[in-house]
Amino acid sequence: MKIRSFRGGVHPPQSKNTLECETIKMGIPEKVVIPMAQHIGAPCKPLVKKGDTVKVGQVIGDTESYVSAPVHSSVSGTVTSVDTRIISFNRPITCIEIKPDGLQEVKEDIKPPVISNRDDFLKAVRESGLTGLGGAGFPAHVKLNPPGDTNVDTLIINAAECEPYITSDYRECIENTENIVDGIRAVLKWTGISRAIIGIEDNKPEAIRKLEKASKDFSEITVQSVKTIYPQGAEKILIRTLTGREVPSGKLPANVGCIVMNVTSVSFLASYLKTGMPLIKKRVTVDGSSVKNPANVEVLIGTPIEEVFNFCGGFTTEPGKIIMGGPMMGVAFYSMDLPVIKNTNALLAFSDVHAGLPEETSCIRCGRCVKACPMNLLPFELDRLVRAKLYEEAGQNHILDCMECGSCSYTCPAKRRITQSIRIGKDALKRMANK
Amino acid sequence: MSVIIPVAIVSGLGLFFGVGLSIASKVFEVKVDERIEKVREMLPGANCGACGFSGCDGLAEAIVNEGVAPDRCPVGGASMVKQISGFMGIASGEVVEKEARVMCDGRFDNIQLKYKYEGIEDCHAANLLSGGAGTCNFGCLGLGSCKAVCPFDAIVIENGVARIISEKCTGCGKCVEECPKHIIHMVPVTSGFTVFCSNKDKGAVARKACKVACIGCRMCVKACPSDAITVSDFLAVIDPEKCTNCGECAKVCPQKCISDSRVRVTA
Repeated sequence: MKIRSFRGGVHPPQSKNTLECETIKMGIPEKVVIPMAQHIGAPCKPLVKKGDTVKVGQVIGDTESYVSAPVHSSVSGTVTSVDTRIISFNRPITCIEIKPDGLQEVKEDIKPPVISNRDDFLKAVRESGLTGLGGAGFPAHVKLNPPGDTNVDTLIINAAECEPYITSDYRECIENTENIVDGIRAVLKWTGISRAIIGIEDNKPEAIRKLEKASKDFSEITVQSVKTIYPQGAEKILIRTLTGREVPSGKLPANVGCIVMNVTSVSFLASYLKTGMPLIKKRVTVDGSSVKNPANVEVLIGTPIEEVFNFCGGFTTEPGKIIMGGPMMGVAFYSMDLPVIKNTNALLAFSDVHAGLPEETSCIRCGRCVKACPMNLLPFELDRLVRAKLYEEAGQNHILDCMECGSCSYTCPAKRRITQSIRIGKDALKRMANK
Repeated sequence: MSVIIPVAIVSGLGLFFGVGLSIASKVFEVKVDERIEKVREMLPGANCGACGFSGCDGLAEAIVNEGVAPDRCPVGGASMVKQISGFMGIASGEVVEKEARVMCDGRFDNIQLKYKYEGIEDCHAANLLSGGAGTCNFGCLGLGSCKAVCPFDAIVIENGVARIISEKCTGCGKCVEECPKHIIHMVPVTSGFTVFCSNKDKGAVARKACKVACIGCRMCVKACPSDAITVSDFLAVIDPEKCTNCGECAKVCPQKCISDSRVRVTA
C-alpha cells in the first residue's frame, strides 16, 4: 500500500509510552464539575439548580442555539453549586458542581434512539451530546449536516493521532474495533455519503491490521496508512493527504466534499445508537515525565484532573507544567481543580526540567519555519508583523489560516514564540472585526 | 587649459538647472495655506495620533480646512486650545484636561499568582491564557502593553502594575485603547481620590483574589457628603465632577482601595 503524506511538518519524539496500556476504568470521583461549554459554539444554559438531584445521563444543560450540544450529568447525586468559573482561555463559563451519591442511578428515559431517516439521525447525534472528540470539540450534528450547496462524497475517519504521547484513539482502535466500523456504517447509511477512508499513521501497525480485518466485508470502508509526521492528523492536512483535495482558505472541508470525524467519535456514536447512553465518559491518556504510572484511563466527564493524576499514582516530581491535550497543541492548566471535559484526550504533567521554555533570541531568517509550516504560510513574517502590531497586513498574509499546530515554534533554532505571536495576531484581528 | 573645459561644463550645467528650477518653482507653485503652518506650530508636535488624524500635520489641516475643533487634540491642553481658537477666531469651549489612570492596585504583595507566565511580554498574550497569571481576573497584567504604546514615556510597571506618571501623561488615550482589561480610564487631572480597583466580582470572591479589592460594601457611599460615589457590579466608582476631594471615602474604606492619586504620584 502506498504511504501518503504532505509537504511540511516536523518529527517530534513520539513518546507513545502508553500504547500497550489497556484502558483502566476510574471510579466515581469525590465531585464532578461540568462546564456548560465544552464545545465550539453557544454555551448551554443550566437546567438544574443547587440542591437538585440528578441521575446519570440526565441533560443538565442545553440551549436553543443550533451550533451547540447538550451537556449531561456523568454521575447520580446532588447539585452543590452552579457558578461561573474560568476554565480555559479568557471566557468565564457556567459550571455545575455535583456531589455523587455513589449509586450511579441511570436516568429512566435512557434507551436506544429510534431512527428512520436522516433527520432522526441528526437529532439523535445532537441528543447524544457528541462533539468532536479529537480536540476542537465541534458539535457533531452540525458537522454531519453540511450546507446545502456542498456535495459530500467522502467521510474521513481521523485515527492519525499525530500528537506525541497520546494513545487514547489508538486504544479505541484496538479495544473497540467493531464499534468503529458500526459507527462508520451508521454515518454512511443515514447521511448518504458513499465511502469512508480511515486515515491512520503507519506507526500503529496493530491498529491498522485490526481495522482492516474488521472492515474487510465492507467495500465502502478503506483503511489508508499515512506517514508518521506531525501534524498529519490535522483536519485539512489529512484531507489533502488522503484525497489530494485542498480546502480553500476560509472554507470548510465540506466545500471539497469531505467530512472528517475522529475515530473515537464514530465509535461513541455506535455505542450511543445501541444503548442510548449519552457522552458522559472519556478515555484519557495520562503521561509525562512527572507521572508515576502512565496509563489510559476511562474517566467520567467532570472529574477534577487532580483525582485522575492521583489515580495514576500521583507525581514522582513536582510538575512544572500540566497540559490538557498533546504537548504540541494542548493547553497548559494552572489549577488541579479543573475538570476533564468531552474533548480532553490526554493529561500530561512535565517536571520543571522538561517544561521550561528556552530563551528566545533573534530571528535569523533561516526559513525552517516556512519549510515546516503545513499550511504553506510564512511564520517568521507573521511573527514580525504581529510584534510590530501590523495586524491587517498579517491578515493579508493569511494569518487566519494558521491552525496553531506549533510546528514553526518547534523547529525554530532561535526559539521564537512564533505560534503564540500568531495567536495574539489572530485574537487582535477578531477583536478588530468585532468592533 | 584642460581643466577649464570640465569646469565650464559643470558651471554651465549648474546655471542651467538653477534657472530651470527657479522657473519651475514659480510656475508649479503649490499654494499652501499659511494658517496651516501656524496652527501646526501651535500643536504639540508629538504625532501621537490620538486626535484620529495622521499626526499633527493632519489635524492642523483639518482645523483650518474642515473647521475641526482644536480640542480634538487631547495633548496640548487648555492653553493650546485657547491659542489656536484665538488664532482661528473661533470660540473655545471649556477644556477639561484629562490624564490616564490605571484602576488597579494589584501589586505582587496584594495578589497571588495562578501560574508562572512564560512567553511574549504582551498583556494580550497573557490575557488569552485563562485571563492572566494573577488571581484577579479584572486587574492589571503588568506586562506593559500600555507602556509599549505610550508615545510620551509616561508609564512605568512597578511591582506588577502599570502606573501613569502624571507629569508626563498628556491624556492622549493610547493606553486606554490598548489595555486588554480596560482598566485604564481618562479622568480630569484635578480629580484626586480614586477607587484603585476594577474587580466586578462579589465581595468574597474579590477579596480572595486581591487584598485591596473593592468589595462593594458601600461604606464610601454612605460617607460621601457630596453623593459622588455609586456602586454597580460590586464596584465603587467616584464621579470626578461631583467629588470635592474631601477624602472621607478613603478614611472609611475597609479594603484601603481608595486613595488620593495626587499623593501617590509624589510619594
